[in-house]
Amino acid sequence: MLQVKNLKVRVEDREILKGINLTVNKGEVHAIMGPNGSGKSTFARALSGHPGYEVTEGEVLYNGQDLLDMDPDERAREGVFMAFQYPVEIPGVNNAYFLKAALNAKRKQAGVDELDAIDFMKLVKEKLKLLHVDDSLLQRSVNEGFSGGEKKRNEIFHMAVLEPTLALLDETDSGLDIDALRVVSEGVNAMRSPDRAFIVVTHYQRLLNYIVPDFVHVLSDGKIVRSGGRELALELEEKGYAGQTAAGARK
Amino acid sequence: MEALVALRQGSGQASPHWVKERREAAAKRFAEVGYPTTRQEDWRFTNIAPIADAQFAPALGSFAQAQSLIASVSVPGAVRLAIVNGQFAAGLSDLGALPKGVRIAGLRDGARDGTDGLEEHLGKVFDIDAHPFAALNTSLLDDGVAIFVTAGSAVETPIHIVVVTGGDGKAVAAHPRVLIVAGANSQVRVAQSFIGTPGAEYFNNAVAEVVVGEGANVTLYTDQRESERAFHLANIQAHVSAKGVFESHAFSTGARIQRHDIGIALKGEGADCTMNGVYLADGERLLDTHTSLDHAMPHCTSHEVYKGILAGKAKAVFNGRIIVRLDAQKTDAKQTNRALLLSDDCTINSNPQLEIFADDVKCTHGAAVGQLDEEALFYLQARGLTRLEARDMLLHAFAGEVMQGLKIPALREQIEANFYTALARDVALQPLP
Repeated sequence: MLQVKNLKVRVEDREILKGINLTVNKGEVHAIMGPNGSGKSTFARALSGHPGYEVTEGEVLYNGQDLLDMDPDERAREGVFMAFQYPVEIPGVNNAYFLKAALNAKRKQAGVDELDAIDFMKLVKEKLKLLHVDDSLLQRSVNEGFSGGEKKRNEIFHMAVLEPTLALLDETDSGLDIDALRVVSEGVNAMRSPDRAFIVVTHYQRLLNYIVPDFVHVLSDGKIVRSGGRELALELEEKGYAGQTAAGARK
Repeated sequence: MEALVALRQGSGQASPHWVKERREAAAKRFAEVGYPTTRQEDWRFTNIAPIADAQFAPALGSFAQAQSLIASVSVPGAVRLAIVNGQFAAGLSDLGALPKGVRIAGLRDGARDGTDGLEEHLGKVFDIDAHPFAALNTSLLDDGVAIFVTAGSAVETPIHIVVVTGGDGKAVAAHPRVLIVAGANSQVRVAQSFIGTPGAEYFNNAVAEVVVGEGANVTLYTDQRESERAFHLANIQAHVSAKGVFESHAFSTGARIQRHDIGIALKGEGADCTMNGVYLADGERLLDTHTSLDHAMPHCTSHEVYKGILAGKAKAVFNGRIIVRLDAQKTDAKQTNRALLLSDDCTINSNPQLEIFADDVKCTHGAAVGQLDEEALFYLQARGLTRLEARDMLLHAFAGEVMQGLKIPALREQIEANFYTALARDVALQPLP
């Protein structure tokens, strides 16, 4: 589904990603771990098409298409979803109204009929139940005045409604207490399917107790320095990131 | 200037003594001060030389397009009062829905007939020395409408004043006048729509005075959609008595030069007011809003939100004055002014002006000028909206806060449609952010 080849990304004048190679197949969950500043969030944001992240080299194929050639909204309509580390507050834009517009943009692209208000609400109510999200979130402005936990739940709620093919979770666990973490993880797990892939960016192994990855990759200084199965995350928990640097891995 | 004087001499022969006196006092004042210049603090950023230098014909009577213009802003279910080129036009008005508890008078006829309350209030709500154009309006005081709401009446039916200006090819000057007097514990909602011959140059110098009685509740909506070449000046002054509530909501999309002076004096304890506005300018237009809130008495509250969207080479001025007088303890005043600049060539001069003499008050103000939030744009885009759709959504949300104040659905629909159509047109010419 996703092939990342030698991806190099610059933010302002600094090269953050220095050649990432990664293949993600349908149905897989990949965890990207690494210490602060290793480039994990940069990787997620670059894949989502954030204009502040300049790709200087490399190639990303998504279902055979050149992902880097697509605008962020095209990527979204083609099924790439990013759950933001810091969801943006948008005063005056009704959460339900926005989500309906987003969903219909995607449906239109796929050549499916747009949902009317009634069918949309039906779908939304189902998803809310699934995620134990309070429906008061619907009629509020997008993320405005939401608590940290509400923001992250709202991201997962958006994801559940938009049903992406490739979901990028950018530090979705940061700022969550254990209960919220469980709810968010259950939401993600409920969405795991043979046709959908996840890239889960996290600093802590804690999240991976709930969302069990198929693969774990350790990022250090802009490169994947180790890849393995779930046990790699457990090892990192025990030993920390020290010694996982590119230089360390060579030793 | 001579044309304006000629108009005065040619009109209102039958006016009662008090009207003549007020005109003369105002004329004297205007003769002393003349047109304001940019050397005066209040007019520093608004050069009205194009008005002072222009030759306007006195606007007399109706014109061919007036009827269709009025129809274009029709609010179903409302009482309609038409003012065409400054004069009350009974024939184009619709008083069919006039509810109990409301008296309506054309100013000229009302003055002649000694309509109760007219002499008491007309020209008494603002300080002529502070407002040269209102002085000019008063010096030419001739016609307009007065609305009196009987004490205790809760008037559900909206009253819609349609001020139409223009001519058949001539640049005209009009000086419409409105007086609203709400008796104690009454309620009324009034809208003023300013509209004119599209593309026509004219000068519309409007004054509205509002008297909010004790415990009364008055809402005034002002929709300024004048011709893009019009000079539009509107002065709205309100006195609010104890426990009275006054709301002013202004929506501006038109005029080459707009100057709004909106002043609210809270003159009794426990009065409350809202003063909101949203404006949109493109091209080389200039929209100036000067607001003034006078907290004269204790325990009054005021909420003010002004928002502007500027495109092209447009200019805007926002000056928000709040005076909290020595006696006005426990005042709670909040002012917010925000502007979005969609191009590199537009400018706004934003100036909060707080003068606080009491010591136990809450008074906050905030001003923010900038571009659309890049992170918000990206967030919407990353969910699948195109950059254009995302921008549109953010702009609607920005204006939406003020639109929410439109509590009359038929009016809201119409003002929103006009505003967002104008917005789409202006925005389409801007580069993508």
